[in-house]
Amino acid sequence: MSLINFTTREITCKIVYYGPGRSGKTTNLQYVFDRVPSNRRGRMVSLATQSDRTLFFDFLPLELGSISGFTTRFQLYTVPGQVYYNATRKLVLQGADGVVFVADSQARQLDENIESLQNLQQNLLEQGVDVRTLPLVMQYNKQGLPSELILSEEELEDALNFRAAPALTADALEGFGVFETLKAVSEAVLRKLSEDPAP
Amino acid sequence: MTADLNPRYTFDTLVVGAGNRLAVAAARSVADHPATAHNPLFVYSDTGLGKTHLLMAIGQAARQLSPSLVVEYVTLDEFVEAYHAAVSAGDTDAFHERYKSAGVLLIDDVQFLAHRRELQTELLRFTAELQEAGSQVVLSSDRPPSEIADLDDRLLATLAGGLVIDIGPPDLETRLAILNRRADERGVELGRDVLRVVAEGETTNVRELLGVLNRLIAFQAVSEHPLTPEAARALLDGGAEGGARRGSMPPGPEPPDLEVLPDLPEGIVVADPEPEPPPVVIDSSAGMGQADDTGDEFGLFLSEVTRTVEEQMDRWQGRVRDAINHWSAKGYRTDRLERLLERGAEDPDATIRAFERDIATLRTLQHQMAECDPERAGDPVFRDPEALAEAEEAVQRAEATFEPPPAPSEAFALRDFVESGSTRVALQAAKTIIEEPGVQYNPLVLVGPSGIGKTHLLHGIGRELARGRPVGWVACVSAQSFMDELVQAIDDNRIPTWRARYRRAHAFLLDNVDLLGASDRAQDELFFLFNALLEADRQLVFTSTLPPREVNGLNDRLVSRLEGGLVAGLDVPDETLRRDVLVRQFMARVGRADEELVSYLAHQPVESVRSLLGLAQKILTTADAKGAAPSVGIAREVLEGPAAAGRPARTSGVVVAPSGGVESREKVVWDWPNPADRIIEDLG
Repeated sequence: MSLINFTTREITCKIVYYGPGRSGKTTNLQYVFDRVPSNRRGRMVSLATQSDRTLFFDFLPLELGSISGFTTRFQLYTVPGQVYYNATRKLVLQGADGVVFVADSQARQLDENIESLQNLQQNLLEQGVDVRTLPLVMQYNKQGLPSELILSEEELEDALNFRAAPALTADALEGFGVFETLKAVSEAVLRKLSEDPAP
Repeated sequence: MTADLNPRYTFDTLVVGAGNRLAVAAARSVADHPATAHNPLFVYSDTGLGKTHLLMAIGQAARQLSPSLVVEYVTLDEFVEAYHAAVSAGDTDAFHERYKSAGVLLIDDVQFLAHRRELQTELLRFTAELQEAGSQVVLSSDRPPSEIADLDDRLLATLAGGLVIDIGPPDLETRLAILNRRADERGVELGRDVLRVVAEGETTNVRELLGVLNRLIAFQAVSEHPLTPEAARALLDGGAEGGARRGSMPPGPEPPDLEVLPDLPEGIVVADPEPEPPPVVIDSSAGMGQADDTGDEFGLFLSEVTRTVEEQMDRWQGRVRDAINHWSAKGYRTDRLERLLERGAEDPDATIRAFERDIATLRTLQHQMAECDPERAGDPVFRDPEALAEAEEAVQRAEATFEPPPAPSEAFALRDFVESGSTRVALQAAKTIIEEPGVQYNPLVLVGPSGIGKTHLLHGIGRELARGRPVGWVACVSAQSFMDELVQAIDDNRIPTWRARYRRAHAFLLDNVDLLGASDRAQDELFFLFNALLEADRQLVFTSTLPPREVNGLNDRLVSRLEGGLVAGLDVPDETLRRDVLVRQFMARVGRADEELVSYLAHQPVESVRSLLGLAQKILTTADAKGAAPSVGIAREVLEGPAAAGRPARTSGVVVAPSGGVESREKVVWDWPNPADRIIEDLG
């Protein structure tokens, strides 16, 4: 997918929320959905299991209107976090302009976070995308839980953010850090517009 | 290029107040009567007060009054870049032509002249040229000329010689008028009280003032309620913090931290507008426990995204504009890029790259055309990337009709050139340049008396150089032909084409350069050809009967160039060489070489190989006439007369050094009388 189409004067950013199961990806999208004026958002598509686990993916289209003469759209996706849905994750990841890695801050979820991060890298690699060049933002979610249950921001940084990507703490259920994360990834994606063109 | 003039920047859209009234009046006067009122006009002010607007307004108005007038707007950096590009491309003419043709030249940001003496000199020259040509020059700067560091006194005097005028900050009323007008232009209704709040702020810089307005407009766009003055004030307070952090606005009060502002339209929240740059962890946990469900986080998000997109679009358009400026300064048509700017494309960077590839192809084609037919290399088709196919066809036609320069003669082979002590240096040098033309010994000048083998060696070199290479790679011509061709080319008025024939050659070999001493024009042509070829590392080889500095009439600049390579002498043939030449000659002609005959002839006092071969030819002809094999007897008969044929050879007893101890045969008595025949008279 082309990020910017100068012929049709459209900017379309596909942002994928990635992370282990139950880390809060859908919650992020749900929060955004609730805060966007109805005339600015499309229908949020969510395919979930009976236990509210994302079965396929969530999709939230945002219409940001005309900016600098360009009709600007954001498409927010989540991937199913469960290990066995890797084919779906690959599908959703295709053509992503930016990725938010939603990490579960709970200490007992650290291995799942690491596994999911490795899975992200592997899936991108298979698509010929170098994770170092793709706009990536880390979100350490569930920071609202009791401190004895979660890892501190520093510990999560040490464990997960060896690429020194922009990182934010969040509590998506309460909405904290949700829009900050979206802003961070949007900015990273849009700034790529002015980077030196490929030779 | 007038395309650079922003159509929004006109006098009509310029809000006139106390701070800029005088400057605007002067600008109008200049636009109405270019080059007559104030020339140059120098406008200065703090940043963001409308200098660029004023400059462009002058350009727009002048063009409107006189549509044929060429108006050029350029920033100093663009001017410098275009100049440097033109210099590096060796095409300063196009650069000069472009700006000299301007009726009005507008140069922005000349404060960057500070400490750039070379550029100041160039600008001084340009300004003088333009003023002489009756063109108007308008310059802008963020400081008066006298405060531009290290400014050349002459340039200072020139700039101050016109009108130097400043733009002051807008007063409250002007700011309000500016905001009103801009809001109208954007089709946004903001209450007058709201605008007054903005105008009353501490921002006097118009650009930043409009930035504040944009912020309000962005908030208004996502709000279902009209913005109130209180909300605007609260937003301004929040925005001021961001501005102060950028160092361009005065510090404002402490901003609220994710705080709901009481009088904001429902849902509008002010948060830190600029997250710290990555990689930084943004700690939003501080606000946990006091989350606000009514906060218009989306509005803030949209505002941020809008700002970012606008920045990126500006950069993209800037890249296209830079490319337009760059290539148009070099004289190329940039219609494609201008269309790109207007209409966009699926991938603008790819369009720019394709455009630049086409320019590169055009330059190659133009170069090829210059080598075939330089008079057509300046055709507009070579400046228009849209006419690539046409340019290719033109070059193909020129190639098809191109007449290559004279080639080396097939009569002289290097392998037939005999190596001896007297030719060794020259031959070794020849082999070196054949192996690596244009690297060493450039030029190679072969010096020696007539008939010594210079021409043979020259053509031998030429043939070796031409081996396996395309026709025209080696040009090999005698000086006499060179001069004759020149005269003919002058007659036919085809000098550039004649020059191109030789300039295209990768090796230029000229026989008897000493003959050019008689023609100044031919020397001039050779001088330019020499420089052009040498600069391109092409090989040059000359022959001369005398060392260059001894050639009568050869001018010093040519002498110094000829002497700058290797001057290799070919001496009078020594005995070894003479023997070798004779053996080869007899073997080639009669299949055997009589040792006694060879020895006899090798001792004949000849000054050149040509003379030696002449002797051999005489003997061969005589022997042929007699139906006998060439022999020493026939040789004696030919060289000494019939009487000598039967007796042993007698000599004067004087041994003549083969290297030419006696220079002329005529100066030596060869046929001494028999002493027995002499009358001895005692005079005692």
